[in-house]
Amino acid sequence: MTTLRIRNAIKQYPNGAQAVKGVSVDVEDGELVVFVGPSGCGKSTLLRMVAGLEEVTDGEIELNGRVVNNLEPADRNIAMVFQNYALYPHMSVRKNLAYGLKNRGTPSDEIDRKVEEAGALLQISEFLDRKPSQLSGGQRQRVAMGRAIVRNPAIFLFDEPLSNLDAKLRNQMRLEIKKLQRRLDTAAIYVTHDQVEAMTLADRIVVLNNGMVEQIGTPTEVYSRPATTFVASFIGAPPMNLIPGELSKGQLHIGAHSMPMNSAHAGPVTFGFRPERAHMNGAASGLAVEIGVIEELGAHRLIHGRVGDHEVTVAQDAELPPPDGRMMLAFNEQDTHLFDPDTGARV
Amino acid sequence: MAVTEIDSSAETSGTTKAASADNRPRRKTKIFDHVVLWLGVLLMMGPIIVAFTTSTFDHVTIHREGMQFGWGGEFVETYKNVLYQEGGFTGEVTGLLMTQNSLILGLGFAIGKIVVSMLAAYAIVYFRFPLATFSFWVIFTTLLLPLEVRILPSYEVVQQLGMLNTYSGLIIPLIASATGTFFFRQFFKSVPNELMEAARIDGAGPVQFFWDILVPLSKTMMAAIFIIMFVVGWNQYLWPTLMTTEEGYFTLVRGIRNIMQQMIGADIPEYNEALAMAMLAMLPPALVIIIFQRMFIKGLVEQEK
Repeated sequence: MTTLRIRNAIKQYPNGAQAVKGVSVDVEDGELVVFVGPSGCGKSTLLRMVAGLEEVTDGEIELNGRVVNNLEPADRNIAMVFQNYALYPHMSVRKNLAYGLKNRGTPSDEIDRKVEEAGALLQISEFLDRKPSQLSGGQRQRVAMGRAIVRNPAIFLFDEPLSNLDAKLRNQMRLEIKKLQRRLDTAAIYVTHDQVEAMTLADRIVVLNNGMVEQIGTPTEVYSRPATTFVASFIGAPPMNLIPGELSKGQLHIGAHSMPMNSAHAGPVTFGFRPERAHMNGAASGLAVEIGVIEELGAHRLIHGRVGDHEVTVAQDAELPPPDGRMMLAFNEQDTHLFDPDTGARV
Repeated sequence: MAVTEIDSSAETSGTTKAASADNRPRRKTKIFDHVVLWLGVLLMMGPIIVAFTTSTFDHVTIHREGMQFGWGGEFVETYKNVLYQEGGFTGEVTGLLMTQNSLILGLGFAIGKIVVSMLAAYAIVYFRFPLATFSFWVIFTTLLLPLEVRILPSYEVVQQLGMLNTYSGLIIPLIASATGTFFFRQFFKSVPNELMEAARIDGAGPVQFFWDILVPLSKTMMAAIFIIMFVVGWNQYLWPTLMTTEEGYFTLVRGIRNIMQQMIGADIPEYNEALAMAMLAMLPPALVIIIFQRMFIKGLVEQEK
């Protein structure tokens, strides 16, 4: 069944600016959907519209079969984890967890039971009587999640919950969030600008740009079959190489080089390939790259070079001997991508 | 020879020398700092100490010899008189009663101001209503209209409401506070918005959010404003003088003047009692500041968020 249905949601501010320009997304039961995109792409606004913190200008938000557009956040059966945790600083952890339940009129023995359960689940039982200021960042993060868990929501909303943590802790918490969400088997939306977080956490990724959906798909789909040049350059590190070319009669021409391309399309195209999916064959044929700078990263190395006027980056296993001067690239058919140079859409 | 000596000593004891050379001017400034501080203390405390010692002499001595520096031995007698002797025109007002009136005025003034300005700031910061910013600036401009400027219309209003010679007439017209509203507005603006959103998701309505989250967060701020406002309220002179004509409502600050005035005539004014009353009048504000000092500084410099 579908937990959340967002239908053609539009957010327009009083000054006429549109932050979300008609987005439709479904979140299935128990699914973790990640909204990813650069700053200002409307991902947080969309999440806040689901939470009820932003009004929906147009469109529908349907949670468990009920349109919630005009419901207060508290009546929507959602729980949100904020970027800065938003814990009540003057309350103990226990009271922080219990506050929402208390406001709902839950009997106090049930509150106690739920708080203890959440505390045990998140391994914060020993901190229950401390104040948030006495906790570390990771512990505060857990408390914030605990506050969401005790409410048994239909859906969890995470608004960049890890961006205040250091890199090591971030990796650890990322894994814990995923495990927790699997264990609770509750649908979740996770907003981030970090494509690594998006790739590792998501069941499905929604790539947003400029208030519109660029692509919805599993991490593998988004990575290996990006729908637009935006997605191609946003997902993956280093990003996909994009070079303008010309397609005619099944041949792709890039500068002086041409290679066979199984496509009926003709005319100017943008040719894309992932840095880690190019082969350097010793042969004289292939796409010629003038080598510039080489970065050693330990397990592999990044080779920055130029094809004509265009910068390209190629990743190579560090065990192979580093190339020198000039290299020839060849590609497997499924690793090449063609985009319309005007619309950026995949052809 | 001399040159080499200097060189070698610079080499061997260069660090210790530098350290001691560093220390000497530091000690000098330390002494200087303390001299300045002591001068300040003397300047501020001197008059109070002299007033206190003088108040322990009898009024004839004071009239004859001026201010006194020693211990006059009349301490118990004078202060007992001030506190318990029924004085004034009607002969029913004691120092104790005036202290009580002052306390009522000071507390009512401070608490009233905090309540009113917190609610006003809450409305301005957290609710979107037409002309919100405008109304804030209207409140703010009342800073340009202190009591002294609007004293006649204020008197008129209070008189027509029949609030002359009442505690409410003393307090209520004074509790609207632009300063308090401004402080609380700035404080509320610094509270992260996510707290309000989290509370909304937790099902807290506007009243609950105010009471459960904002009020506890504002504790130190409230303490700071309480201290300032209590002292200001305690020291009110002009307004009580106008509002209350019955001696049963007299405050300590007015009482001092009363003692001096009523004795003018053939008698020698009871200087000692006036000074004793001044000492008493200073005591509660000083106590409030000493007790709340830590919270006061905390409220001004840091916020628990």
